[in-house]
Amino acid sequence: MKSIKIKADNLNVHYGEKQALFDVSMYMEEKQVTALIGPSGCGKSTFIRCLNRMNDVIDICKVQGKIEIDGNDIYAPDMQVEQLRERVGMVFQKPNPFPKSIFENVAYGPRIHGIAEHKSDLEEIVVTSLKKAALFDEVKDRLSDSGTSLSGGQQQRLCIARAISVNPDIILMDEPCSALDPIATARIEELMGDLKTEYTIIIVTHSMQQAARVSSRTGFFHLGKLVEVDKTETIFSNPSDQRTQDYITGRFG
Amino acid sequence: MGFILISLIILIGITSYFLGNLRAKNLRTSNQKNLKSLSHYYGYYVALWAVVPALLILLMITSFKSFFIEQYVLSDFIALGSYTETELSLLFTQIENTAMGIKLFDENTILIDGAVNKLNYINKTSENLTYVTVLGLSGLLVLYSIFNINHKLNSRKIVEKFLLVLYFTCSLVAIMTTVGIIFSLLYETLRFFSQVPITDFLFGLNWSPQRVFVREAGDLDTRDLANAFGAVPLFAGTFLIALIAMCVSVPVGLLTAIYMSEYASPKVRDWAKPIIEILAGIPTVVYGFFAALTVAPLVRDIGQGAGLTVSSESALAAGFVMGIMIIPFISSLSDDVIKSVPQSLREGSYAMGATKRETIVKVLLPAALPGIVGSFLLAVSRAIGETMIVVMAAGLNAKLTANPLDAATTITTQIVVILIGDQEFDSPKTQSAFALGLTLFVVTLALNFIALQVVKKYTERYD
Repeated sequence: MKSIKIKADNLNVHYGEKQALFDVSMYMEEKQVTALIGPSGCGKSTFIRCLNRMNDVIDICKVQGKIEIDGNDIYAPDMQVEQLRERVGMVFQKPNPFPKSIFENVAYGPRIHGIAEHKSDLEEIVVTSLKKAALFDEVKDRLSDSGTSLSGGQQQRLCIARAISVNPDIILMDEPCSALDPIATARIEELMGDLKTEYTIIIVTHSMQQAARVSSRTGFFHLGKLVEVDKTETIFSNPSDQRTQDYITGRFG
Repeated sequence: MGFILISLIILIGITSYFLGNLRAKNLRTSNQKNLKSLSHYYGYYVALWAVVPALLILLMITSFKSFFIEQYVLSDFIALGSYTETELSLLFTQIENTAMGIKLFDENTILIDGAVNKLNYINKTSENLTYVTVLGLSGLLVLYSIFNINHKLNSRKIVEKFLLVLYFTCSLVAIMTTVGIIFSLLYETLRFFSQVPITDFLFGLNWSPQRVFVREAGDLDTRDLANAFGAVPLFAGTFLIALIAMCVSVPVGLLTAIYMSEYASPKVRDWAKPIIEILAGIPTVVYGFFAALTVAPLVRDIGQGAGLTVSSESALAAGFVMGIMIIPFISSLSDDVIKSVPQSLREGSYAMGATKRETIVKVLLPAALPGIVGSFLLAVSRAIGETMIVVMAAGLNAKLTANPLDAATTITTQIVVILIGDQEFDSPKTQSAFALGLTLFVVTLALNFIALQVVKKYTERYD
């Protein structure tokens, strides 16, 4: 068994009066892809946004319970949220490159965290990150072009390069392919296969095929509850819960 | 008479709408054939025929009537051939007055009495004639259009076409006004430049149009004119005051915008934003006496306390108050553009571990920059065009100075000074106001144009 990277214990999340997550407990293994599936509004996005405390941005959101990364409670009072997010990168549903050049997009994280001492270090980080995100060959001649001038799939890979530029342990992906066409999607999935050798990846996806293709473990969320989490093959071939069975056979959702 | 007649036309219009509607419905039921449009369109169709030509004719009659009446009434005097045009028009006024029972002069009594009779007669007749023509035309066209309704007539198309023409005419009003203003400015400005060389106006260092007024017109020579109309001090004063205003409003406005869009809770925003926007609604004359009575003495006292010579009217006081006035232009617009930066960019930055300040400075402001620059430029054109505050707080003295503690004057203020009181409209002094106005117009137009271009060029498309 692989070592455990992230552990969530009895996680409850409220948006104001409304409860979005009920007693979610699960773990995620290091350097593996964990997929979270479930119908819209089931709480899977809420869950991964707890892992880098992105929910802090929303005033009315209240998180109870415990999340440990490498055994450290990330909701502990002395946890620096900026440092947490340096270690836990995130890629969003819609590609959101900054309206800056391709180079500056990737250099953003290293700059704010003071990672690169010299300009040459920064350049090296940018090139490495772009290479890891399988984007370098396509943009190497136009690093000063605006990041928003790229195609949707390229933009998403740019966002991945941006996320890995600060060398995180974990990458959270919130439906990273839902705005992309099948070819761009295939490229991102291929990329995930490469990235998991170095990073722990958590991916939220609507596509069950995608979960089956990329992940080693899969969790199924329904109505704010984690219904079932197990090896991906088990979830898709022999789920133990009737609701999972219904969902993966397309009876609802 | 106009009111009654127009009411009658509208009445005919309403009636004919129902007539047209009824006629269309009857046609539909009696022939069992479909008309090309819904029946109320036939109502509008008839109503348009009833109203529009009648109103146009009325407009034409009223614009030309007075000329013909004058010609007719004065025909006896014109026949005498001894009157000039001005005298004739004075005479006509006298006749009109006499007709209303005001007797002023007693010369030419017989002729005038005859003319008065003529005037009364023609007024009566022309009124009757107008009624008959306009209402007759309206009625005839109603009949024509009602009988014109048949299965082939597509009234909807005609009505929509008319509306198109109407919309076009309305937009034309604004366009023609602008064009008219530009041409009248240009015309007067060219007349001014025929007396004062354009280079002297644009590059001359001395502005004292009063001198032209003091001297007799005959004594003027071109050197005098050139020396009196050098507009550089005005340009400099305008620039200085606008610069001070921007120095106040840009930082305050921008920081306000950042606070409002990124830090303020919705509650604070809800009451603070309208209050800031009220600043823009305060009449500038109120700012003016605020500047003159409170800020200017304050500036003077502080300056004197620090051992500086400060005149009681200073560019600094005017610029400062003007800066306060244009804060809402910057804060409100910038607030909107910062707020409209997509939430996904904020999240992207936070997810990289950026703090709020880093997110604002490195992502939000660059993304919102075009809009922010646009708001600056709009504020500048507002500052340049502002008059009242400067009149009251910065003085009227056209002195070429870069010292903000000195009195200064601006283009707009000088236009006011030039056009207050009695003056001849063909003196170079008066015409210089048009030249100043045109300069101002060109500058603000250029600024607005640049602002639009900047916004357009650097706007990122977010979908």
